[in-house]
Amino acid sequence: MEFFSHGFGLFLLILAQCLAVTVVILVSLAFLMYGDRKIWAAVQIRRGPNVVGPWGLLQSFADFLKYIVKEIVIPAGADKTVFMLAPMISFVLPVIVWAVIPWAPGWVISDMNVGILFIFAISSMHVYAIIMGGWASNSKYPFLGGLRSAAQMISYEVSLGLIIIGVLVSTGSLNLSRIVEAQAGSWGLFSWYWLPHLPMVVLFFVSALAETNRPPFDLPEAESELVAGYQVEYSSTPFLLFMIGELMSVFFMCALISILFFGGWLSPIPGIPDGALWMFGKMLFWFFMFSMMKAIVPRYRYDQLMRIGWKVFLPLSLAWVAFIGLAAQYGWLWGTYQRWIGG
Amino acid sequence: MAFATFAFYLFAVIAVVAGAMVIFARNPVHSVLWLILAFFSAAGLFVLLGAEFVAMIMLIVYVGAVAVLFLFVVMMLDVNFAELREGMARLLPIGLLIGVVLLVQLGFVFGAWETSEQALSARQAITPAPEIVDNTTAIGKLLYTRYIFLFQTAGLVLLVAMIGAIVLTLRKRQYVKRQDVLKQMYRDPKAAVNLVDIKPGQGA
Repeated sequence: MEFFSHGFGLFLLILAQCLAVTVVILVSLAFLMYGDRKIWAAVQIRRGPNVVGPWGLLQSFADFLKYIVKEIVIPAGADKTVFMLAPMISFVLPVIVWAVIPWAPGWVISDMNVGILFIFAISSMHVYAIIMGGWASNSKYPFLGGLRSAAQMISYEVSLGLIIIGVLVSTGSLNLSRIVEAQAGSWGLFSWYWLPHLPMVVLFFVSALAETNRPPFDLPEAESELVAGYQVEYSSTPFLLFMIGELMSVFFMCALISILFFGGWLSPIPGIPDGALWMFGKMLFWFFMFSMMKAIVPRYRYDQLMRIGWKVFLPLSLAWVAFIGLAAQYGWLWGTYQRWIGG
Repeated sequence: MAFATFAFYLFAVIAVVAGAMVIFARNPVHSVLWLILAFFSAAGLFVLLGAEFVAMIMLIVYVGAVAVLFLFVVMMLDVNFAELREGMARLLPIGLLIGVVLLVQLGFVFGAWETSEQALSARQAITPAPEIVDNTTAIGKLLYTRYIFLFQTAGLVLLVAMIGAIVLTLRKRQYVKRQDVLKQMYRDPKAAVNLVDIKPGQGA
């Protein structure tokens, strides 16, 4: 134990923690992908994947193998370095952000003070993967898809940021563990932030859909208009990396919404112990919501998407920040908005 | 502290190399990508200094917003890069001269840098140790108390710049069909749709 508290031992310990989180996330992604397709199939009264393994459970692994053994095709006019760099960035960035997600009290790789800002900084760099992929393909459809996607992600990042600021002002800290702790109360699930911040939960969910390019906002890859957007020219493993990156940021958004508004690891009923299982359950619930949105909502038109982003979500979330500021300062509603712990 | 030293040299070397590559890259899009790498390593250096708030803000603002705009603009430009490089040899001495003059001026500034005792003590009095207050709180407390007017003024300057940019690019075009979403939503099918019953063989 002494060995792991400093120097090389500490380095090994952190490395092991990172590996553990990454492996767990990647394996769960395989089954989430399967779950996504099953839910989607159920909504459309189909069977979905049901051949590989019992109930088709191993479908994702079969797909994975198929992607890996395919040939990587690089277009002749492509900028090779940037072309190959884009999918790697798209895969690595969503892996990095998991470092600050607290699974249970103390179960976090890096409990940094600026956790939320870190998430924001890393996810704002995700745009580059898409722009680079679109540009380096040296083809018109990917380029247009990349531009669209970049504009969309930047627009919705603004409203996401403002919504998060509301939660931060209520908590008085940028630390994710603190945000969860601030939601602990004697009323169980009614002391979480979703109740006082209810309008923002809806806005956050919709913005998260748009930010991760999920339907109904999957305009970057609108098949009917852009073939498949920025990833037209990608095949084999690079394509797989794009897909995993996308799915991972969806799952990450589920984690974020659970932490910000639904009390992370806290149990919904007072008396039942808290724990990482609650966190995982909440994330799965939100992933289910993401899947359902994909299944039941028709795609938005691009101008409508931009309109609600800038003209509806941005003013609403800005007004909400102003309201939260006043409510937290003057302790309105019995201090519901003022849960400053230390700092 | 060996690891911190190693990390410092890693970030520093990457920052310097990336900075040089911004200038030497043939393709302007590559230049912007190198610039992003330089920003990134600078943020790493800030983290090593213990200024994690500044590092994150740097990533969000420069990498997440400013460089994206750069990249947009550069990608959209249709410039013949070989033509741009033609005058390189001819203009190089002038460029070097400007560089040297700037360097000398910077040297003078830092050589003659003096800090009054008063300023030094004032700075120390308001800067708590990082162990007591994390630097987000420290920066917030300074910005919103001591420097509130400067902070607000900076905000106003940005606002004026923003309004200026909008006014410059805004042009009113006539005869452009625009969508009015509210109008579309409140359209009444009874008033909008006119069903005509046409007898066969009579035409409209």
